[in-house]
Amino acid sequence: MATHAPAAVNETETVRFFDIDEHGHAEGSTMLGFWVYLMSDSLIFAVLFATYGVLSRNYAAGPSPANLFDLPLIGLNTAMLLLSSITYGLAMLEVEKRRMGLTLFWLAVTGLFGLGFLSIELYEFSHLIHEGATPQRSAFLSAFFTLVGTHGLHVTFGIIWLVTLMFQLPMHGFIPDNHRRLMCLGMFWHFLDVVWIGVFTYVYLMGVLLT
Amino acid sequence: MLSNFDVQQLIFGRLTLEAIPHDPIIWASFVVVAIGGGALLGAVTYYRQWGYLWREWFTSIDHKKIGIMYCILAIVMLLRGFADAIMMILQKALAFGASDGYLPPHHYDQIFTAHGTIMIFFVAMPFVTGLMNYVMPLQIGARDVAFPFLNNFSFWMTAGGAVIIMISLFIGEFGRTGWLAYAPLSGAAYSPGVGVDYWIWGLQVAGVGTTLSGINLIATIVKMRAPGMTMMKMPIFTWTTLCSNILIVSIFPVLAATLALLSLDRYLGTHFFTNDLGGAPMMYVNLIWIWGHPEVYVLVLPAFGIYSEVTSTFCGKRLFGYTSMVYATAVIMILSWLVWLHHFFTMGAGPTVNAFFGITSMIISIPTGAKVFNWLFTMYRGRVRFEVPMLWVVGFIPTFVIGGLTGVLLAVPPADFVLHNNLFLVAHFHNVIIGGVLFGVLAGTVYWFPKAFGFKLDHFWGTVSFWFWLVGFYCVFMPLYWVGLMGAQRRWNHHDDPAMQIYFVFAFIGACLILCGIASFIWTFVVSYLKREQLRDLTGDPWNGRTLEWSTSSPPPPYNFAFTPVIHDQDAWWDMKKRGYTRPMQGFRPIHMPKNTGAGIIIAGFSTVLAFALIWYIWWLAALSFIGVLAAAIGHTFNYGRDYYIPAEVVAQVEHHRAAMLARQG
Repeated sequence: MATHAPAAVNETETVRFFDIDEHGHAEGSTMLGFWVYLMSDSLIFAVLFATYGVLSRNYAAGPSPANLFDLPLIGLNTAMLLLSSITYGLAMLEVEKRRMGLTLFWLAVTGLFGLGFLSIELYEFSHLIHEGATPQRSAFLSAFFTLVGTHGLHVTFGIIWLVTLMFQLPMHGFIPDNHRRLMCLGMFWHFLDVVWIGVFTYVYLMGVLLT
Repeated sequence: MLSNFDVQQLIFGRLTLEAIPHDPIIWASFVVVAIGGGALLGAVTYYRQWGYLWREWFTSIDHKKIGIMYCILAIVMLLRGFADAIMMILQKALAFGASDGYLPPHHYDQIFTAHGTIMIFFVAMPFVTGLMNYVMPLQIGARDVAFPFLNNFSFWMTAGGAVIIMISLFIGEFGRTGWLAYAPLSGAAYSPGVGVDYWIWGLQVAGVGTTLSGINLIATIVKMRAPGMTMMKMPIFTWTTLCSNILIVSIFPVLAATLALLSLDRYLGTHFFTNDLGGAPMMYVNLIWIWGHPEVYVLVLPAFGIYSEVTSTFCGKRLFGYTSMVYATAVIMILSWLVWLHHFFTMGAGPTVNAFFGITSMIISIPTGAKVFNWLFTMYRGRVRFEVPMLWVVGFIPTFVIGGLTGVLLAVPPADFVLHNNLFLVAHFHNVIIGGVLFGVLAGTVYWFPKAFGFKLDHFWGTVSFWFWLVGFYCVFMPLYWVGLMGAQRRWNHHDDPAMQIYFVFAFIGACLILCGIASFIWTFVVSYLKREQLRDLTGDPWNGRTLEWSTSSPPPPYNFAFTPVIHDQDAWWDMKKRGYTRPMQGFRPIHMPKNTGAGIIIAGFSTVLAFALIWYIWWLAALSFIGVLAAAIGHTFNYGRDYYIPAEVVAQVEHHRAAMLARQG
């Protein structure tokens, strides 16, 4: 069998059992770890999508997506988030060029787009609640508010993280630690974009166009 | 104007003096816990050990210490979980015909809910996680896990969850819903009290820890193996750890989301799992079992790994069928995602769906059976040494096979319609969880104890504990199979048919034997500590082991390996011994290590307070502790100096000391 030990008899002097010339700690687990974290987070969204899928027609004689969703507004909101991903990319380009001022500028723009997204979302929510389409009205609305709201919460924490990094960057400069953190936040931010594309398509577009 | 009542509500939420239970049984247990806990805290204070505990243990990011703390948490919670178990079976033995037993339904329902919750989440999980944490990095030749701080934080979140569950015993009540809190029973309409909220937040807090620890151990195994250790040269316990943690990361987010949806139903009045306004209670049952079924494999896969390591060590043979063992583990991992519906065939999903899940459930027995044969063939023609860990393996195999076969029986949907939720099912899953998981972690504890503490556990008391457990187990659960077939349902606190009473009395006697088993297990530690000089092991390899953890000293130095080992074979340490390795005694280099930090226990502490505040609707405290969590987490990110170097001279000193010990041992 392939896994059996080679019948070693006379190779004692040639085999090396210790790495006596090693170079530091194993680095670079963070990216893998963060990917695994993102996958686990995407499973939370998977549950919320599945729940929405099961409950999305349970209107309980209440309003349905076609009555509620304002696609142009959501289109604007989507544009906000997609643009914020682009500006985050621009910030990372400046990181590669080691230009602190421009990095911070693009990060700030990213954060502002994120805030714009959240503001529009909150406006939409308050508008719906004002019209009586509250999360307590029907299972459909419970699932809708929870799915979209969980994404919004993620964006909120992303912004908190972004602001934190905007303090830490000037404090320590472009050291490897900060670079790693920027990479992780970038992955997180783009991940939220991908999730939003799912929300936009599945909840809003299909909700309005296919009912 | 605020009335007195409003002010009280503002400050204490729904927490009032009424929340202190008036039950004499709870009072008695409170007194016991208060005296025991007070004595412990007093002793720590008297001997001025708080500083030591804080510096060396609570804030430690050393995977070995964290592993030990996990195991201690598990053993403490085992006592609580077992107390629930024996109270339950005593009630069942007493409550027949005219007698109502000694536990009112309100209390009995909390006990079976707490028993299941505690045994799975706060005994089996921390025990398995603790062993994985301690052993796996040593087996792959690493100096710590990939994210040492996260490891400490994960432990404290698990401990925080346990604290919340324990508080429920004395302040308020626990859920009366069964350990998975099926909706709509667990919704606000049918369970308005704090019981289900304790359950939700205890699991939610602990679940964060479990998920993060899963991510951590995956990254460790994938990224930090010693040079030469390809995937197919990893020790089998490391393989099972990898598969178990992949399962953890894939299911605990599902549990978190499900609990969050249930919380929204309870706190905000949404309609996910309610009977009215479009809610779908069976959605809850589906989601909770999408987590719940793989969860049992999270527990049992590492136990399989332990059995494999123990068998091959104590038979003095390479594990039979290593490759098939790896593939069996992976196949079990994948299949475990595809069987959840067998927990509720009676839902009425129709014959097609039930047939699919019935067949996938039966297929799982194939790779599992392959494993059983691998263990048997490893023993075949081996020189079996019946040390205590090996006794557990030998006890495990027939026990687990019985549990597995009744499982295949239950996987047949028509049979399940008859046996659903009765004591036959209860006997089945205790058969696999006790016979599979618990025997495994006990074997692992005895097997790796000398690695962690430098002396073996007493053979006699270990053997006594094994026999009490084994015989006690059969006495409890074989009668339950029988009364289950006779139609006795689970969770009943009273039975009418007097013909059944004798079986429950017999089961209670069995539970007393298990009590002796637990007592002698704990007594083993006391005896062994007293006899530690006789049981001392200076070689670091007391069992003539095969994998890398036995190549270091016992206990291992903080850095585990002065030089990273280079691996040529799947039984790396055996290979080194066989081919005559020499320990390099010069050229030591400074070793890069992570620094201890208190951030983990602080953030987890705030999270625990947050959970308590949410349970009792103490909104100001919830807001405050949430800010505390955020501030502590952000504050921790401002700490850039997280590592240090152990100087080469210190390493040299430790290694020379070890050389002297090895020479002394001969």
